[in-house]
This record gives sequence, structure tokens and C-alpha cells, in this order.
Amino acid sequence: MTDTTYRQALNDALRSELSRDENVLLIGEEIGLFEGSYKITAGLLDEFGPRRVLDTPIAEEGFVGAAVGSAMLGMRPVVEIMTLNFSLIAIDQIVNHAAKIHGMFGGQSSVPMVIRMPGGGGQQLAATHSQNLEVWYAHIPGLKVVAPSSPADAKALLIAAIRDDDPVIFLENLALYNTRGEVPDGDQVAEIGKASIAKEGKHLSVITYSRATTVALEVARQLEEEGISLEVVDLRSLRPLDRETICASVRKTSRAVVLEDDCLSYGIGAEISATLMEGAFDYLDAPVRRVAAAEIPLPYAKPLESAALPTAKDLIRVVRELLAATSFTR
Amino acid sequence: MVDRKEQRTAGQEDAQTLIGYYRQMALIRRFELTADQMYKRAKIGGYCHLNLGEEASVVGLMTALQPRDYLFTNYRDHGYALARGMSTGAVMAELFGKSTGVSKGRGGSMHMFDTETRMLGGYGIVGGQLPPATGAALALTYRGDPGPEAEAVMCQMGDGTTNIGAFHESLNLAAVWNLPIVYVIINNGLGMATTVEAAAGEPELYKRGCSYRIPGERVDGNDVVAVHDAATRALDRARRERQPFLLELMSSRLRGHSVVDPAQYRSREDVEHAQAADPVPAFRQQLLDSGVLEESLAQQIDTESREAVNAAVAFAEASPDPTPDQLFDYAYATPVPNSPDTLPGHPVTGMP
Ligand SMILES: Cc1ncc(C[n+]2csc(CCOP(=O)(O)OP(=O)(O)O)c2C)c(N)n1
Ligand SMILES: [Mg+2]
Repeated sequence: MTDTTYRQALNDALRSELSRDENVLLIGEEIGLFEGSYKITAGLLDEFGPRRVLDTPIAEEGFVGAAVGSAMLGMRPVVEIMTLNFSLIAIDQIVNHAAKIHGMFGGQSSVPMVIRMPGGGGQQLAATHSQNLEVWYAHIPGLKVVAPSSPADAKALLIAAIRDDDPVIFLENLALYNTRGEVPDGDQVAEIGKASIAKEGKHLSVITYSRATTVALEVARQLEEEGISLEVVDLRSLRPLDRETICASVRKTSRAVVLEDDCLSYGIGAEISATLMEGAFDYLDAPVRRVAAAEIPLPYAKPLESAALPTAKDLIRVVRELLAATSFTR
Repeated sequence: MVDRKEQRTAGQEDAQTLIGYYRQMALIRRFELTADQMYKRAKIGGYCHLNLGEEASVVGLMTALQPRDYLFTNYRDHGYALARGMSTGAVMAELFGKSTGVSKGRGGSMHMFDTETRMLGGYGIVGGQLPPATGAALALTYRGDPGPEAEAVMCQMGDGTTNIGAFHESLNLAAVWNLPIVYVIINNGLGMATTVEAAAGEPELYKRGCSYRIPGERVDGNDVVAVHDAATRALDRARRERQPFLLELMSSRLRGHSVVDPAQYRSREDVEHAQAADPVPAFRQQLLDSGVLEESLAQQIDTESREAVNAAVAFAEASPDPTPDQLFDYAYATPVPNSPDTLPGHPVTGMP
């Protein structure tokens, strides 16, 4: 085990996969000389040279699509999009091409590529630069979508994504890059499509992913002191969604809150709630609650931005409301 | 820029080669006329775009492209699939949505794909094929050196496609990365009902590579030999120098945009002009006039085309429909736990 940052865990995974497989290729804007807008690719140009770490013009549709075509010929491109917001320029290549090619052509060509990109608000970047949009991708058959919350998962899931033969959307979060955690030594390969129980608990399940998992864990620690035991389910994979793990947790706790950074309507929380209606309805003591972002283009001014984004306080309030509504006693 | 007025014509090629071109053109013509009929008999669904009028362009390009090369096209792709060497039956079966189709009935008319002949797809989104084709050319630079035997990529598109962003981003990438790719514009004068003049700021489309210092050439797309020669030169340059090229073939669409379009927006003169330039009878006549082809052999080729297409229809009809239990067969290339493979109305997760 080594204590390291989420950023370093990603960098380690990229380095290790570049060394392992000569078909792995990094593609993106400013990932070479500039070392990536968030320095995830630091040092890799020096180590692997410009053929393996390929700087691109500002042309998201062009270079994401080029990654698709190179993957069809056996390369394993790992694309960095500076932030998730810019992936909208490439959405045709992601949704209409990367996601479709395997199925639409009868399984003749796979598209082994990864698109890494950070989302997330809270950095005062205003409306166009603060989105999450994970449901845009999680909605699309043919894609796999992962959103790790810890350095260990970030490394193991990135390695898994690179070795996977399907297009994988790898969602990072600006607020996670400097977070720290223990990462097992060597190359662990995670299983895409599996959630994890980030913390076991008895009284209420908080179902969450990415940055919001860190919030949920912090809240769980606080409430533990009051004798309230939260179980934190970290989805890790948004497509496929590990419905069984979610339902099993709620069948045990009988109470569920979904915490998500993206806005509420049609969100991950909506999907989880519907899943629980099917798989845990008889076990629920109260309706599922959702804690999500306000539905507004995110403002720049700090007081407004903070008001719009879900916080630990919001989660604590909703947990207490739900416990009260279900006559919770310790 | 080379705007070649002087084109080579039939006569300088050996007779067998020319007869081979005619054979392929006649097959595509017969296939497309039959596809039109089959559509009207509801054997074929969805959108169906034909290469009628573009046979000389298709065959000129496909005879220049080598088996080791890769091809990406738009949705007007039946002729390319045939000329690339896919079986006529499997192409027809794809139109019929059968599991024996080249894409196992998953793609239909717009989405012919065959790994073996390296046709990596017809694509239905206008311009969608350009970035992947460009990336395929990028991949080639990782697996071999430039030279006369090197592999190259050909990316076909329509005139209307030169107005979409993907065209410009792709050409720019191909230029800055020195990629072995030939972009081919089939300029049939129309994108649905919109003329080139109405849609393109630079209607001489072969010049649109200028911004990227990609040389271009405009060629008579009704002249199969001229197309073959121009494509061979462009491919050779791509192989040896890893330089992209933009080829514009002047062509015409004999029918509507797709089989259901009566094309009433076209003037009588425009249609008559297209019919007068029809490359299939013109090439046949040219070969007869120059003594390359005997009338009897010409008739035999026409008969063989008809028989081949009839056999393709019979094969497609007799082929099995894919069954619902195969629905999720190609959901993912790497199997994954919790894949939501449920049919409509079935619960995604069960209550214990
Ligand atoms: C992005 C996109 N926009 C619109 C369409 C609908 N559409 C299909 S074909 C076509 C015209 C394309 O014209 P051109 O590139 O000249 O090709 P042609 O049909 O003449 O072969 C249009 C607008 C589409 N398929 N994709
Ligand atoms: Mg056109």
C-alpha cells in the first residue's frame, strides 16, 4: 500500500499501461509539453515520446473520432478531454460512433478506447465549465461508464478500462484530483460493472458515486458518533449499474438516500429510485430521498454556486428527516 | 491544384481490365435497380440510398484501392461493398435484415461492414466516417513504414459532407499528422435537394483542402479509367509520402436521394443531363465502339449480372431472420457483469 493522490494514481496507471502494451496511446489537447490541464499526464511525454503521447489541435470531434478509428485497427487510445464540458463537441463520435460500431456492424469490430475527463462544479468556473453530465453517457447502450471516487479505484478502474475492448467513459472530478488514499502496490485490475460498499452500516443506505462518495463517507463518520450507522454504496460503474448491490443494501437498511453532484431531474437518483421500486419496494420504510444539484446553469458568484451544489449539510438534513419520518430509534 | 481537363480514356488499358470494369459496373447497376424493386415490395426497410449514376466512380475507386487498404464510406454504400468483393448475396441479405448479411442484419442499407475486405463501414451520420477514417490512417503510421507497398485509407463522402465540421477537423488532423489517407468527394451536385452552389462557400470542392495544404484534383466521375488513375496516383502518394489527398469526382444521381424520393425538385434539364451522361450505357458503348467488347459478350455480362442479383435475392429470401434471443449478442465486446439485458416490460431486478 502507498498513500497517494487521485491524480498520481491516474498517472501511475497510464505509465504502467503505456509500458505494458505498445498499442496504448494517449491522445489529447496539451497532454504532452503542458502535461495536461490538470497534470495527469505529467512526465509521460518525456518517458514515452511524442508518438505515444500525442498532442492534438483543438478539435474534439476530430481527435475523439480519430481515436475511434485507430481503435478499430487495434490501437488502444486513451483520450483526455480537458473537461467533460468539451466532450459535447465530440458527442457524435462518442454516441453515434464509438458506442455503435461493435453492435451495428454485427460484432466485427470492437472499439477499445477510453475517454478520460473531469467534471464537477464548485470551482467558480461558471455554467459552461462546471457540469457533470454523466447521465448523458450512462444513458447510452454500447458505452461503459465509470466514475471512481478513491485513488485506489481510480487506478484499478483506469487499468481495467484500458484493457477492456469496449469504449469506456472514465469520469474524473476536479475536486478529487488532490484527494489522498491508500493504493495497493502493483497493477490491480478492477471489475467494471460492480459497485462497492465503501462503508458498511445498518440504518440507512447512501447511494452515491465519484466526489459525492467522499462527502457521504465524511457524513457517515460524523453520524456514527451519534449512533447513526450509514451504509455508503459507491456505484463506481454507472453503466452497467450494479442494481443487485444497491437493492441488497437497501433491503438491509430499509432507508435510502441518493447523493449526486449532477442536477436532479432525469438523474442517477431517478434511476436508482426506480431500481429500488422494483428490487426493494417491500423493504422500504419510506420513499427514497434524493440530494442533487439545483437545476440552474451554475452561477459564478460563490454564494450562488454554493447554494446550488449539494453539500454534507444537505445530506445530513435529509438523513435526519428520513430517520425521523421512519420513527428511527438507536 | 490540378484541374485535369485531359483525361485518359479507354483504349490504353488492356481489354480484360476494361471488361472487368464494365462487369462490376453492370453488376452494381443491376443490384441497385433490384434493391429499388425489393424496397417497393417491402423486402427492405429503413432508408435505402442507391449508387445509380455513380457506378463509374465506385468502380474506378475500388479498382485502385488494394486489398490491403481500408475503406470508409457514407450510407450510399452498396456499390462499394460489392466492388470491394463482398458476396452479392450477403450484401442483399443485409438489406433484407437477415443474419447472413454482411453486418448480420444489424446495420441495413447504410451500414455495410466487412473486416475481411477491409471495408470498415458505411456510415449514416453525414461526416461521421471522416474522423474514424482519419484515425485508421493514424493507426497505420504505427505499424509499418511508408513505401509503395504500404497500406492506406480511402474515405468516401458526398459533396454535402464538405460543409460539416468533421470534414474540416479531419482534413486538418490528416495534414498536421501526415496521414496516408485519400478523401474522396462524390460530387453528384446535390445533398438531398440542396445544390453544391447553395451550400458550399467554395463550390469547387477539391479546393477545400487548401486551408490545410492538402492538394486536390477534380476528375470526371463518369470516366471509370480516369477515376481509377487519379485514385491510384493519390493512393500512391499516400503510401510513399504519407500525405493526404482530396479527390473530387464529378458525378450525377440518376434518381432521388433515396428510393422513396421522387426528386420533384429537380428540373427536367438537370435530369435529362444526368441521364445523357449515364456512365453504364456510355461505357458499354465506348467498349463496343472501340472493339474491346463484342455485343455478344456485353449481353452475356448483362445476363450474368441479372443472374447474380437474382441469386442474391434468392439467398437473402431463404436466409433466416435473426431471432430475439440473439438481441444482446453484440452488446459488448468484453462481457461485463450487470449488463442490463432485459426485454421491454421485464423487470431489471427482481424482488427476492
Ligand atoms: C449529421 C447529419 N445531418 C443530416 C443528415 C440527413 N442527411 C442524410 S444524407 C444527407 C445529404 C448528404 O448529401 P451528400 O453528402 O452530398 O451525399 P449524397 O447523398 O449526395 O451521396 C442528409 C442531409 C444526416 N444523415 N446526418
Ligand atoms: Mg451529394
